[in-house]
Parts: sequence; structure tokens; C-alpha cells
Amino acid sequence: MKIHEYQAKQLLAQYGVAVPRNAGIAKTPAEARAAVEALGGSGVIKAQVHSGGRGKAGGIKVAKSPEEAEKISGEILGMLLKTHQVPDGLIVETVLVEEPIEIVKEYYLGIVPDRDSQRDVLIVSAKGGMDIEAVAEEDPDAIARLPVDPIEGLRDYALRQVCYDAKLDASVVNKAVVFLRQLYNAYVASDGCLAEINPLAVTADGRVLAADAKFQIDDSALFRHPEFAEYAEENEDDEIEARAHKQDIAYVRLGGDIGIICNGAGLTMTTMDEVKRAGGNPADFLDVGGGAQADRVRECLSIVLSDTNVKGVLINIFGGITRCDEVAKGVISASEQLTITVPIVVRLAGTRAEEGAAILAQSSLIPAGTMQEAAAKIVTLVNGAA
Amino acid sequence: MSILIDENTRVVVQGITGRDGGFHTSQMIEYGTRVVAGTTPGKGGQVAQGVPVFNTVRDAVRETGANASVIFVPAKLNAADAILEAADAGVELVVCITEGVPTEDMIKVNAVLKSRGRTRLVGPNCPGLISPGKCKIGIIPGSIFTPGPVGLVSRSGTLTYEIADELTRNGMGQSSGVGIGGDPMIGTTFIDVLPMFEADPDTKVIVMVGEIGGSDEEHGAEYIKQMTKPVIGFIGGRTAPPGKRMGHAGAIISGNTGTPQAKVAALEAAGVPVADTTHDIPALVRAALDRLLAAG
Repeated sequence: MKIHEYQAKQLLAQYGVAVPRNAGIAKTPAEARAAVEALGGSGVIKAQVHSGGRGKAGGIKVAKSPEEAEKISGEILGMLLKTHQVPDGLIVETVLVEEPIEIVKEYYLGIVPDRDSQRDVLIVSAKGGMDIEAVAEEDPDAIARLPVDPIEGLRDYALRQVCYDAKLDASVVNKAVVFLRQLYNAYVASDGCLAEINPLAVTADGRVLAADAKFQIDDSALFRHPEFAEYAEENEDDEIEARAHKQDIAYVRLGGDIGIICNGAGLTMTTMDEVKRAGGNPADFLDVGGGAQADRVRECLSIVLSDTNVKGVLINIFGGITRCDEVAKGVISASEQLTITVPIVVRLAGTRAEEGAAILAQSSLIPAGTMQEAAAKIVTLVNGAA
Repeated sequence: MSILIDENTRVVVQGITGRDGGFHTSQMIEYGTRVVAGTTPGKGGQVAQGVPVFNTVRDAVRETGANASVIFVPAKLNAADAILEAADAGVELVVCITEGVPTEDMIKVNAVLKSRGRTRLVGPNCPGLISPGKCKIGIIPGSIFTPGPVGLVSRSGTLTYEIADELTRNGMGQSSGVGIGGDPMIGTTFIDVLPMFEADPDTKVIVMVGEIGGSDEEHGAEYIKQMTKPVIGFIGGRTAPPGKRMGHAGAIISGNTGTPQAKVAALEAAGVPVADTTHDIPALVRAALDRLLAAG
């Protein structure tokens, strides 16, 4: 789960991580004006959306007076902020109002779980304020890494070493070590799966601060963090995804016009691939999970159809321990309970597939024998209808 | 032969009195798996699915000689702890079916298991494994598998069933099938399973089913370069957009890592034919088997 910069900074500050002084968030220009007044007459107005590159896109601006804060926030609030990461843009509903800081140096700090070492790894670079992926490509030596032994934890010497390896100024290494330790503590205690401070700012008055903060929480660990429940809702960027996730249905909106419902993540991805190969555009990734009972299938179908771009649906279920004849009955009863105006192709495979196909043959659903045939059928139906 | 499990494997089911644990225990027993014990704390002394229930894995191992465990304990009831309990009881093979185990927990579990060096973990978030005709551990439907020369290793569940089903219907059985799981932090990866198939005399051809995310396929490809047996590859999620998690916690393209292009390229560089669609896999396996026959 992604959280906003202001939420990340609140969270990190609880673990002692140094962040710029702020006057909270504002949802109206008047609130932004008051916030800048509270900060002493000037402040930085920062759009709170789930994307990097906000500054370049015009979502971060300095206000030199409360009046200017009101004007600037009036422009930023409600704007569709198009960044290189989210070219379609995100609507800005909230801004964070922070003290202006005079930055003399920018560094990069990050923590991510590293699959190869099976550990969390700290990433440090003297090249802050830039896209770290680009730095990794152009100047890999500018990035230093420290995989953390989860049993031994962090050693001070190892933290110092990674800072020296990254060529941080010797004068800030001790402060950076403290910062890294606090960041790691926050990350582990909150079940983070990404913490990124870019830039870590060294200010003219000698402070080392998180000028920006990106933080993601491991979805699998949310059950043990009731304190993050309030973040969950407001952190959904898509209405349909929000509805699906509330019911623990793995759904990703993809923007095409062929709805996809399958069981199992790997099979769902592969079905997407087949639809694309056949010349179609998947509208979604939806994994119904195990069992494929009628009420579950009905809810999934309803979710997929709530995307008004959807002109046809492909249901691809592999019946393993659940038998295909039972799945067929479930799919039919689910489709009968909804008003459906688009074609639905159903492919059932696995245990008792023939019996399942026989049941489908007596319905208005369009049967298919293989995943490839199903993809071809739905693409023809949808593209032919266009 | 087969890998990891066979007719001598003695299984303890952790979480046997739960709905899924109970159901799949009955399925495993029906398939012929020797399920010798179950555990549920507080229910020791009961019998579930005809199997004695113990409070702890240690008791189960002591009383029944179990040497493998399968975990159906939900993530919220601390499945990671269940893995360590099995390891501490001396179980050699732990199969964790549970989905949604927190990443931080798995980092710790893997570090502990590595330091002890005597327990192999498969999963979490995996369907389990099967040695057709001998034993299955987990939730894999036994009916679609049949004994034969193909070793199957996969990050996905239903996609594996799809491929096994196609192989079986085309007359090609399997030596063993291993679902390694869709999470980013797993106990057993491709590079652990490939050497087992390489060493197993009954495995003639290997099908390796990967998906987007991470670099396990690339590491697998590196190992394949030194293998003598032919490997057929498949990668799911070739059209998945970057930055979006595709159901499995591990199935995400982040920045430049985890792309299907890199995986296909690495496999092809190792001489692995990568099927464009699952439908092409049986023919590729057949061709590899025919070449082996021709070579004597």
C-alpha cells in the first residue's frame, strides 16, 4: 500500500527521523494560506499524489507570502497532475505545507526487500534528487548497498561503511548513520516494503532532513497494523479497484475493453497475454481465487462489468479439486442474476471439463475448449462489434 | 524416482482441523500420501480425517516419525511461526501453502532456516508438490497428473495445472511437480529445484514456468547452462504493465527488474526454447524427448 508523503513523514517522525517542520495538510486555498501564516509567512506547497516527479510536473511550489500560498494552492488543488510515472495524471486533492529549506547537498537513501539476497537492503547514493533507476544505469558505482542480516540487525560500522562507499561527505556521515538507523527502525516496525528518501537534504544550517519521503507498506502485513486502516481507503486511486480490494479480490484495472476473470494469478496473467496475442486489449486482471463459487463469481463479474469500457468478458477457470461441472453451474447462475449485455466466453478445463462444457452448452454463455480458442473468440466478438 | 517426496514421505499437517487443512488432508490421503499426523494447538488427542492430532509438531514427530510438514495455518495466525516450529522439530521438508505471509517474517524465517541448514522450505503461497502415483503434499489436484519423464517447476498454481493437464492429455507424464510459490521471499527457487531434476534419473525433460517479477528465472537460466537435460521455458505476464502487482505478491515489474523480456532473453541465451503460449509446451517437450530417444 502506497501512502502519501505527508503520511510517510508523520510515520517516520514517530521514529525520530528528521523531517522539515510543517503546518499540516490543506484541502482548500484558505487552509493553505493559514498554514503558511503558521509557518511564519513563507512555505512550500506540495501536491499529495502517489507519484514521483511532482516538482517537474508543477505540483510543488514555494509561496513567499500567505497571499501567494492561497493563489498557488488554488492552482495546484484540483489540478490533474501528469508526471512521467503517471502520464494519465492524478487529481490533486491535498497539499502539504512545509517550511522552506535551503538545500546545499542532496543525497539518496532507500530500503527495499531484495529478493536475490532474501534480505532488506539499504541503498545509499551521493546522487540525490534524481531518478535512482537512471543513476543505477548511468553510474552504478555511485550507489552503495547494505543487505541487512535480520537476526544481527544493523551495525554502526556497516552503516558508516555504506555511507563512505556512497561517497557522502565525511562531515555528514555520522548524521546520516543516525538517520539510516531510524529509517530502518520505522521500516521494520511498520512492515515497510519501500522507504525512499529522495532527496535527503543537507541544509545551509547543517541539518540532515527528509526533504521528500516515499513509503509503502506490505499489504500482507496490514492485518497487524490497525493504525494504517485509515490510510487504506484514501490511498486507492481507482474506484473499481477500491471496491474489489475491499472484498479481497485481486483486481487490477488495465484500461482495455475485454474483461478477464480467471482463477490463480499465473493463469490470469497468461490469459491476459493470450487476449493481447489475439489482438485484444484486456480491461483488467482479476483472480477469483480458489473454489469459484457462484456468489464469488457473481461479484467478480459485477466488478468487471462496472468498468464501462468492457465490451466482452472472458472467463477462464481451471477446475482442479473444484470440479468443472460445479464451476459451470456457478458461472451460469452468476450470469443469470446480473443484467448482461456483452458477450461472455467461458473456458473450463481440468477435472470434469466435458461435463462442464455440456452444462454451458445449454446457456447463453459462449463455450471455448482451450484458452487460445477462448481468447480468439472474445476478441472477434468485441472487435467485430466495434 | 522423483524429487523431494515419494511413497516413503511421512507428512504432518499443521492446521489440520481448519477447513482447508481438513479438506486437503482427506484429498492427500485419497491420493495415497502417508499423512501420519496433524497439529492444532489445544486439540491434541483428537482425531481428524482419521489422523491423530497433536498440540505441537515436536510431539507429532516424536510419536509418528513425520519427516515432512504441510502448513495450512492462516497468515493471521502466524504461519511464519509454524514454519519455524516444524524446523525446530527436525522436519526436513516444510511446505507452506499459506498466502499472505508478511515479507519481513519471511526474511527472518529464511535467515533462520539458512543458519540451521537442515530444513528445506517450499513456499509460502504455493500449491505444494506432487510425485505422481506416489505422494502429493498441498492442494495440487492429483487427477491431472500421471507418472512420466517430465519434471515441472513453477511459480504459479493453476498455470501449472493447465500445463500438467496438457502434458498428461498428450501422453507425457511427470516425474515430480513443484510449485515454488508466487511470493517475493520464498524458501525454494528455480536454482534449488533444477539441480534435483538434473540428478533424478527418472526426469528426462524439465518444464520451468516463470512469471514477471524478480530475477529467479535469470538465475535459473545461468544454472541451466551447465545442465545436461533439456529445459523448456514459459513466462506468464508478458503483457503486464510495469509497476502493477499481478495478484502474486512477487509478480511485479519494478523499474528495470522483473521484465518478461529479460527473462525470455536469459532463458534463450541458455538454449531454452521459451513457449509463446502454453499450448506449444507439449510439442516442445515431445521434440526434446524424441531427440533424446534418437540420441539413444
